[in-house]
Amino acid sequence: MTHWLIAPIILPALLAPFIVLAARYHITIQRAFSLAGVVAQVVIAAALAWHVSDGTVLLYQLGDWAAPFGIVLVGDQLSTMMVLLTAVLSLFVLLYAIGSGCDNMGKHFHPLFQFQLMGILGAFLTGDLFNLFVFFEVLLIASYGLMIHSGGNARLQAGVQYVLFNLIGSTLFLFALGAIYAETGTLNMADLAQRVTQISPEETVGIRLAAVLLLLVFAIKAALVPLHFWLPSSYAEAPGPVAALFAIMTKIGAYAIIRVYTMVFPPELEATAGLHGQWLLPAALVSLAIGMVGVLAAKKLDRLVAFSVIGSMGMVMVSIALFTPESIAAALYYIIHSTLAGALLFLIADMVRNARGSVDLTAQAPMAGTVLVSGMFFMGAIAMAGLPPLSGFLGKLLVLDAGFASDQVAWIWAIVLISSLISILGFARAGSVVFWKAHSIEAPADAVPGTGPSILSSVAAGGLVTLLVAHTVFAGQVHGYTTRMAATLFAPDAYIATVVETPGKLSTPTKKEDH
Amino acid sequence: MELLVACVIGVMTAGGIYLLLRLRTFPVILGISLLTYAVNVFLFTSGRLVVGAPPVLRDGMDAYADPLPQALVLTAIVISFGMTAVVVMIGLGAFLGSDDDHVDDGPHDHDSTPVEDQP
Repeated sequence: MTHWLIAPIILPALLAPFIVLAARYHITIQRAFSLAGVVAQVVIAAALAWHVSDGTVLLYQLGDWAAPFGIVLVGDQLSTMMVLLTAVLSLFVLLYAIGSGCDNMGKHFHPLFQFQLMGILGAFLTGDLFNLFVFFEVLLIASYGLMIHSGGNARLQAGVQYVLFNLIGSTLFLFALGAIYAETGTLNMADLAQRVTQISPEETVGIRLAAVLLLLVFAIKAALVPLHFWLPSSYAEAPGPVAALFAIMTKIGAYAIIRVYTMVFPPELEATAGLHGQWLLPAALVSLAIGMVGVLAAKKLDRLVAFSVIGSMGMVMVSIALFTPESIAAALYYIIHSTLAGALLFLIADMVRNARGSVDLTAQAPMAGTVLVSGMFFMGAIAMAGLPPLSGFLGKLLVLDAGFASDQVAWIWAIVLISSLISILGFARAGSVVFWKAHSIEAPADAVPGTGPSILSSVAAGGLVTLLVAHTVFAGQVHGYTTRMAATLFAPDAYIATVVETPGKLSTPTKKEDH
Repeated sequence: MELLVACVIGVMTAGGIYLLLRLRTFPVILGISLLTYAVNVFLFTSGRLVVGAPPVLRDGMDAYADPLPQALVLTAIVISFGMTAVVVMIGLGAFLGSDDDHVDDGPHDHDSTPVEDQP
């Protein structure tokens, strides 16, 4: 049993209190420790991902208690890939936060950032539904602090909305967990997968209710229409780097849906048959359409990016809702793309805000650093709208291809293609108003020139652009890997066997002790 | 007893949802508190209702209460308590800062003048 599997959770959990207690007045030391932690995180995540790439499933039993009695962490290809994605994203986001000085605008940015990472990585690694809830709460509590970092009334108001919506989501999650526990007597995902199949067909009311409740909870996290209302304000009002980190948070919902609905409630399970096709697919298509219409309708650049995140989550969910190995592979490819592209666009919106003083989509005098920022916006917009040559286009092709086998192919193709056109229009309008039209405007004589992005910020955003290009160039390898991953997701026997059959304390009945 | 507990959960959930829909910070926070009470009782009953049975192994006992839901409820209570404190602080900050305790994104967000309370 390797102890490295718990390192991605332990490392930020130790680092965050250390930064608060020992370095709270020294921003340089905070930055150094936070950055070192994130770099170490990338290395650990890469090693874990490499270790499981041949299909082994890593298991960590806390306190050596065997599942389902103890808490387990499980690292398979899917979870380690998401851990690696989170670690890499957080590295660039942290570089940007340091470069733009955002981390110094309020207190405790770095500890909250580390706690946020702990929650996200824990949610990816846990093999237990109740711990998924706990890690959701950890990441949410940290995200509340990060979201209102450096304050402001608009931000606080959006923060209230965000916190309340997520509290309701958490309550719903607890109802779902209670229902699952009452029906099956376990919350360990692998154990649950075995027990759900043993429920007799006449007594599935409770478990069906729980499956739908759980889907609702994950749909809230994934910002699926009609449960997306928390996203636009909170992502738009959050500080730029924080919004960029939040780009991974919607993917946690997608991850949880993939994990639970391939293993515990698979499509062939009679009790929950039709859940994906009848409910998830229409909701996903509507999200895609509403997100992209929102891109066209937005009056501010940050809202535009927030709506594009909803749209791209819609695309991910369309692909997930088809629930074939091909579509899940396409969804996983698109998840990586959409995380990177969404984060890049949030960073660019923040650069525009710093340089121009506002993110309104109205023509203003040219800002500092226009050439660089507009170039990166061009790349980000191409990626997000799904135009060739970047990975958005490839991802969209994969989704369309996976949709070809579905009965709903006409709907899927029509909505994906039309919403792509709308998003291209929206991004083109935003880019031309913010960057081109500026050249026809005279700056007022008393205008205070804003500051362009610092070198470190540019490097961070440039790094995300490079990753997007790499995701395009190595699309064959990445898609091959996600295809193999999807195959193991649809045959979760190795995962279940590893979790349930690995011996530990209590795994065999011990001789009764005398009292 | 099952009927009584079920009714209590139902009434608390209904009250909580009604308060949530008021869309002002204070009723919404009260509503969430009611909902968390409801979910705590609900979690408690997910291990079946047993009276007077010990949750840990003892000699000479053959009926036990399920200890796991009790641990789950404890976690849920702690988390919801902390969360409520956080949301009260953020809500208070937002109200004091902008003199507006609406939770939703309405037209009142973009006006600097507070709008009249709608019926």
